[in-house]
Amino acid sequence: MSATDDSTGGSSESRLLEVEDLHVEFRTREATANVLNGVGYHVDAGETLAVLGESGSGKSVTAQTVMGILDTPPGFVTKGAIRYRGEELLSATEDRRRGLRGENMAMIFQDALSALNPVYTVGFQIAEQFRFRRGMSRKDAMAKAAEMLDLVKIPNAKQRVKEFPHQFSGGMRQRAMIAMSLALDPDLLIADEPTTALDVTVQAQIMDLLDELRRERGMGLILITHDLGVVAEVADRIAVMYAGRVVEESDAESLYKRPAHPYTEGLMESIPRLDQKGEQLASIKGLPPNLANIPEGCPFHPRCHRATDECRRKVPELLELRPGRYSACHFAEELISSE
Amino acid sequence: MSEPILQVRDLVKHFPVQQGIVFKKTIGHVRAVDGVSFDLNRGETLGIVGESGCGKSTLAQVLMRLEQPTSGRALFEGVDMFGKKSASQLRQLRRDMQIVLQDPYTSLNPRKTVGDIVGEPFEIHPEVAPKGDRQRRVQELLDTVGLNPEHVRRYPHQFSGGQRQRIGIARALALKPKVIVCDEPVSALDVSIQAQVMNLLGDLQSEFGLSYIFIAHDLGVVRHLSDRVGVMYLGKMVENGTEDQIYEHPQHPYTQALLSSVPVPDPSVRDRREAIRLTGDVPSPANPPSGCRFRTRCWKAQDICAEQEPELAVRRDGGRVDLELADGHPSACHFAERHEHVVS
Repeated sequence: MSATDDSTGGSSESRLLEVEDLHVEFRTREATANVLNGVGYHVDAGETLAVLGESGSGKSVTAQTVMGILDTPPGFVTKGAIRYRGEELLSATEDRRRGLRGENMAMIFQDALSALNPVYTVGFQIAEQFRFRRGMSRKDAMAKAAEMLDLVKIPNAKQRVKEFPHQFSGGMRQRAMIAMSLALDPDLLIADEPTTALDVTVQAQIMDLLDELRRERGMGLILITHDLGVVAEVADRIAVMYAGRVVEESDAESLYKRPAHPYTEGLMESIPRLDQKGEQLASIKGLPPNLANIPEGCPFHPRCHRATDECRRKVPELLELRPGRYSACHFAEELISSE
Repeated sequence: MSEPILQVRDLVKHFPVQQGIVFKKTIGHVRAVDGVSFDLNRGETLGIVGESGCGKSTLAQVLMRLEQPTSGRALFEGVDMFGKKSASQLRQLRRDMQIVLQDPYTSLNPRKTVGDIVGEPFEIHPEVAPKGDRQRRVQELLDTVGLNPEHVRRYPHQFSGGQRQRIGIARALALKPKVIVCDEPVSALDVSIQAQVMNLLGDLQSEFGLSYIFIAHDLGVVRHLSDRVGVMYLGKMVENGTEDQIYEHPQHPYTQALLSSVPVPDPSVRDRREAIRLTGDVPSPANPPSGCRFRTRCWKAQDICAEQEPELAVRRDGGRVDLELADGHPSACHFAERHEHVVS
């Protein structure tokens, strides 16, 4: 389990990453979309934070901004702070940020096939980092690459380093990408939907691998996903995002036992369960908001069955209800204490 | 349950693998569907689950006669589906069976309005809705699937993914079919939207007495909608039974592993569930393993599995075929064994 006692103001030794009040907008000719509207979360060393949300909730954009790989234009950071071990990143030079990438923080993506370069061997792409960052010779770097493939349990790694991405299966490509991201031994790994494109039996293998590597290396892991099942299996803490905000944050167990936000509650009731057959799913009505035109007040109110006039007028703040449990809903207290 | 509306027997679809540019030479076959049999009863939902490459989508295409089967038979209300047919017979068959496709972005023509898309089936089957009545029918259909009937003049890009999937469903419903094949209809949608579409499919079934063949890789989705479930692996049906039999008492090691791999959205069972982890990936259907196709990833595999292909039959613990065990459901494994508590 994780240390989750202090949250916003804390700056303990183990605090790896802190995102505070992050605002990002995407400017296009037609309109400006407010993609992030004050996102805040933090990750400690050795813990797994799951960022949960549907498409368009801003979970990937937050990660891209943290890594410094947000496409500008159209994306612009307008406000906020990102601190890695206390160091402010948004004002850091591009050189410094480049230095951090790979070395301190790394990211893996959903679609491993398009994240890997098709015209170079897998080994070459992993070895590149050892050559340019560690000044190793080609031969040594290749040997290290084989070691990395071995670490992620690719059988016959010595032969496999010479193969191209298309010769790898989907699961193996994802393993290769994990190997690449861990090459320089970062202490923060961001995994953006790492198993969404994979079959369940392979997904289980990859999640086990990620969890094992995190434990062995004491890494902080940010797991971005829309899959409530995957989250339940590995997360220590969960941040639920909606329309560019964190609407609920909690440790995993309490969140699943009693969600403190109607959106989280709706999500939980929307999933068809494997272990029971239900008649009708309680779905959330309506659609997620258009980010160029987010409704006033609580962004969730048009879809919420509890919405009142207050919700239509006033944006609820993310408040701490119980130690380590946050919710941005005017009815949070009611939800959390209901039986 | 009543008599089956659709009976499929030993259905096979092989795709030739060819080499050469001018003189094409067939060098092998991808055995996408390799001897699949099942019955679909009136008004019920048969779920088909399996990982990518197991042949579930090819099965859908063959059933819709979008692909010609290599061999095998299928009877729709007692009539052979794949035999020689006149154009009008084939049209009648297509009226009774419709398909909803996975990707709501590519399965709708971007240059046509929603009204044209949903009304197009009436062009081919004018007997269902006479010309003057079409506009009204289309609007009715849109209303049925929960879309605003005023939106007939809009184009697909003006709708969200979930709404587009509803358009696809309206199109499938237009000719009042008896069977709808749903090929991964909700896998491209977000959870909250997915639930809306699943509820819609359930409502339509009870309203119109539809039979569904529901193909998906998400085991939770399949359990939710299905009365009976068939599990496929590399072109073969490895187990089939009622929803309860498959999920509560799976017999085939693949089904057990598949169920065990699905993450359950409940952190409190995290370490209490039994984890069966398969190693490696699904082999290529162009060159499937001899004997039992699952043996390369199976922890129970022995010599007999490589030599003898297990048939889909009712089995008793220990693998002895025992047809008298009436409440058992068929599975294709030499070492089939009842297994409880895989899912919770």
